[in-house]
Amino acid sequence: MSFPSILTIARIPKIRKKLLKPLQGVLAVIACLSLWSCDSRSSVEVATDKGILIMGNSSEPKGLDPHVVSGVLENNIIRSLFEGLVIEHHSKNGEYLPGVAETVERDENSTVWTFHLRKEARWSDGHPLTSEDFMFSFERILTPSLASDYSFMLYYIKGAEDFHKGKTTDFSQVGVSAPDPHTLVVKLLGPLPFLPEITKHYTWFPVPKHIVLKHGKIGEPFTDWTKPENLVCNGSFKLKSWQINDHIEVERNPEYWDARNVGINGIRFLPINNSYTETRMFASNQLHITYRVPPEMIAYSGEHYPKNLRTEPWIGTYFIRCNVDAKAFTDKRVRKAFSMTIDQKSIIDNVTLGKQLPATGLVPAFGDYPASTPVSFDPETAKKLLAEAGYPNGEGLPDIEFLTTDQDSAKALAEALQAMWLEHLGVTVKIRQLEWTTYLDTMFKQEYDLAAGGWIGDYLDPLTFLDMWIEGGGNNRTGWSNEQFEALLDKVQQTGDQATRYRLLKEAEDLFLEERPVLPIYWYTRNYLISEDVRGWNPLILDNHPYKFLKLKAAN
Amino acid sequence: MLRFITNRLLQGIIVLIALYTITFFLIKAMPGDPFTGEKNIAEETKQLMREKYGLNESVFHQYFLYLKNVFTEASLGISTSKAHSVNEMIGQSFPVSCILGLTALSFAIGLGVPIGVASAVRKNSWVDYSGMALAMIGICVPAFTVGPLLQIMLSMKIPLFNVAGWETPRDIILPAITLGLVTTAYIARLTRSGMLEILSQDYIRTAHAKGLPVSRVVCKHALRGGLLPAVAYIGPAFAALISGSFIVETIFQVPGMGQHFVNATKARDPFLLQGVVLFFGLLIVIMNLAADILTGFLNPRVRLGQE
Amino acid sequence: MNAANNSLAHGKPGNSLWSDAYLRLRKNRLALASFWFVMLMLALCFVAAWFCPNPDKIDLENKFAGSSVSHLLGTDQLGRDIFARTLFGGQISLLVGFVATTLAIGIGVVIGAASGYAGGRTDAVLMRGVDTLFAIPFLVVVIVLQVVIAEWTKDASGWVVDSWGWDKKLTSRIANIIPLFIALGLFGWLTLARIVRAQVLSLKEQEFVEAAKALGYSRFRILFRHIIPNTLGPTVVYATLTVPGFIMYEATQSYLGLGVEAPNSSWGILIRDGANFLETEPQLLIIPGLFFSLTLLALNFLGDGLRDALDVKAAKD
Repeated sequence: MSFPSILTIARIPKIRKKLLKPLQGVLAVIACLSLWSCDSRSSVEVATDKGILIMGNSSEPKGLDPHVVSGVLENNIIRSLFEGLVIEHHSKNGEYLPGVAETVERDENSTVWTFHLRKEARWSDGHPLTSEDFMFSFERILTPSLASDYSFMLYYIKGAEDFHKGKTTDFSQVGVSAPDPHTLVVKLLGPLPFLPEITKHYTWFPVPKHIVLKHGKIGEPFTDWTKPENLVCNGSFKLKSWQINDHIEVERNPEYWDARNVGINGIRFLPINNSYTETRMFASNQLHITYRVPPEMIAYSGEHYPKNLRTEPWIGTYFIRCNVDAKAFTDKRVRKAFSMTIDQKSIIDNVTLGKQLPATGLVPAFGDYPASTPVSFDPETAKKLLAEAGYPNGEGLPDIEFLTTDQDSAKALAEALQAMWLEHLGVTVKIRQLEWTTYLDTMFKQEYDLAAGGWIGDYLDPLTFLDMWIEGGGNNRTGWSNEQFEALLDKVQQTGDQATRYRLLKEAEDLFLEERPVLPIYWYTRNYLISEDVRGWNPLILDNHPYKFLKLKAAN
Repeated sequence: MLRFITNRLLQGIIVLIALYTITFFLIKAMPGDPFTGEKNIAEETKQLMREKYGLNESVFHQYFLYLKNVFTEASLGISTSKAHSVNEMIGQSFPVSCILGLTALSFAIGLGVPIGVASAVRKNSWVDYSGMALAMIGICVPAFTVGPLLQIMLSMKIPLFNVAGWETPRDIILPAITLGLVTTAYIARLTRSGMLEILSQDYIRTAHAKGLPVSRVVCKHALRGGLLPAVAYIGPAFAALISGSFIVETIFQVPGMGQHFVNATKARDPFLLQGVVLFFGLLIVIMNLAADILTGFLNPRVRLGQE
Repeated sequence: MNAANNSLAHGKPGNSLWSDAYLRLRKNRLALASFWFVMLMLALCFVAAWFCPNPDKIDLENKFAGSSVSHLLGTDQLGRDIFARTLFGGQISLLVGFVATTLAIGIGVVIGAASGYAGGRTDAVLMRGVDTLFAIPFLVVVIVLQVVIAEWTKDASGWVVDSWGWDKKLTSRIANIIPLFIALGLFGWLTLARIVRAQVLSLKEQEFVEAAKALGYSRFRILFRHIIPNTLGPTVVYATLTVPGFIMYEATQSYLGLGVEAPNSSWGILIRDGANFLETEPQLLIIPGLFFSLTLLALNFLGDGLRDALDVKAAKD
């Protein structure tokens, strides 16, 4: 009998038994693990019960030191731990509520501001919070060795930039003073009617002098003072636990001056990188609020969770930078031609899918500042402009490369734009997708023709979108500059009257749009999902919600 | 045996130093630096940040300084992208990756070996074909599809598990299955092929001729040799599970080590990257050593460390 | 053994390993079917693709359309023809899969066998080298390679377009994945080397090797004509697993902007993008997924058939 046939008539059951043993073992382990810890209530139900808000926060923060980090997600956590002179109003854009400062006074030029700090303000370890802490904090963020990347938010203060750039080492030259433990006086370079808006930013937050100095010198970067066992703060919450890449949890701070009015007991921040996972977690009741919703899931969420999807305007513009030093884009007619062949509405409806607003100008509208309107979809005029510039039907144009990032959404947008420019102008643009850091590096070196980009405003004033375009500005990166534009901005810095300022800023913006060194595409919206259990959450254009006004109550 | 192990460990140290050197220069060769951020910061500030981390010193200085810190303080440096020491980051994430990896590996072995053996024993029958097709699922359907599918079916439609997270032991299962599927495919196929080689050998025919029942022949005699290719694969496989779990970790929100490799590269974080690479290198040296010892044990004909 | 079945008894001339293998393979119906399926796929992707509508043409008004005469399998999220994109994507994937795998196999088998057979110092050095290479972060290598050879590939592809008249678009598509090819070639052979070495370690103690040594054959000859052919079993199997592995790896590289550049695509990228539409438009995932899965199932059965065919110890009945 040949060898294989012995096997074929072999009795199966015995082999099966021996082979199935390891398999059974594995299944048994899985079963045990499954039965362990069976709470039939969802995470959200348990959390709402305990008054803990669970929020998706996109990624692990770079740190929690308000003077060192920058970033939206870090801001979300820092806002729960620290409080500045004033806090964001819970529902009205551009207004503020008292924070550490009970009252705020300004002189007639809005150049000298006096903040009266409340006497009951304390740090979470019981230590009193005084103007000395603020002086210390301002000095700290302006100390060069700390290497903070957002110190420029304090440059409005007289002498601050000089101190930060090392031109003087005497902090008393800087325009802040503390006449008594509960008064803080700030002298600015020029009139700034909206200084309280600026102080809402975390760069202006106080840090505990007694704790920071315990773990290192004033300008010493990266010390242990932000570790959970050391961190002391003055906000509605204090740090409870920090598991890297897993969660950061904050709990109620009993020393907070308004502790009895804080509506929730704690917040759990989950650094969920994958936006699809986040949406699915929301759908299975694992969190209260998501950080965003991926474009493909927006319509789906609208259908399945209509009461939970929010689409709110956000202070930011998505635009394409033109390298005005590149041969193709030196002529502003070419830039305008490219800008006018972008069908913004089609992109919003078909690619980004987030109900964004078409950017008819650079600065999004808010408050008394209306949006400009020169940017529009006009392929006929575009073709004429291109011909006028010497490239009829796109002939004669050098090779053009469009630099963008590696994200799926960036790719889809780039491909759509590529198709539009081909169709309306006859120009084939090559897409170059680069990994994030390489992309930034390449863009900063101006080694591109067109580059995808955008800008989120830091505070509620058009200046945040316009002062980056000065010659050699660190965030300019287009090679464009214009004397008239800069003259207008200088004038703005001298003016205290809001109406005049807005008029000058509008003039500057219109000049900018006439030159078109960037091609605006849309104004951002934030799409996210929020559980009905969360009460007191209102749309805010800066998206810096003050957590103390929230309440958690199970919705039925 | 002891001599063999000591020998291998010494070689391991040489490997780690070579690894460190290559990685060090590769990192330097990447475009961009750790402080390239979207809102560009002033050059002076960048200079200060470089000083902060010792990155403005000469290349040689940096090279030896890092080595010195590793040997004297067992410190792998401070991450430039996150406010933690590299030791802390590895210390928190490695146990998680270990648990995930071991569970995935057990799943893969527990499923892959029986399938491979059954397929080999019943070659070219429906058992063989369906077994292989089943095993191949791990390769046909990549993790970024299996993961969401499992989430939708076993977490959302039928709420058996959490969609994501790492809070209860139950959270280990879905990511472990997703991670282990690829390894299952490899183990099943390698086992099948290894078993087939063995089953056609003369000594197996002898065993049959002696009248031993098939199960005994397979388990007691054939398995030892048949598992060889799979064992040679498992060493690096476990290490790869630890470092390659980035996708599974992001889909299931698992705070493991895999994401450090990718994130550190993206953030150009030289210390975190160097730290995880060295740690990973150490793991490989140990796992390969273990695999080689196991091979020698399974096949006495293989004489280790000879000549 | 039935003498009538023994080909030697019939007086047929002695067959070599390869012709025997070929005859056996022909008899394996599943392997044969798989072979033709793979051929079909190659034909579709490299020939039929050119007859399809333009895979890059965007038609935003026509997203997610169903099957129609102009779009055999419908359109995707930007209105592009899915069938065309899948076929063109197959070109890249199959190219990466086959070429990179061949490279990896070639290097891995030789090094693994040499290391296992030589033993001692050579073995130690080679295997420690493998350990080192294994631990080097692949991602960093690809990023660096991209930068380092960007200039070179630009010049080279320009030259190719000018002198040989190749299509510019096709050339840039291929030039773009060269860093990935090189990286895969440098690192893809490592595990195979270990597997082959393990095989060789046990093989070299076997009697036929002693016999060959006794006959005075050189080490080289023993290695290449006696030992390596016996390692082909696991090698072929591993190869059939590596092809899809590399295809998928290319997709994960695109996560990070390395690999195929937009708007070009590959199966891996199509599947990855399609996975985002799992709940809403599953056909975007299923179609490329099916192409990919069936091709690699076919490759695997073909591989099994090859393995069986090459098995020198299989009975000749």
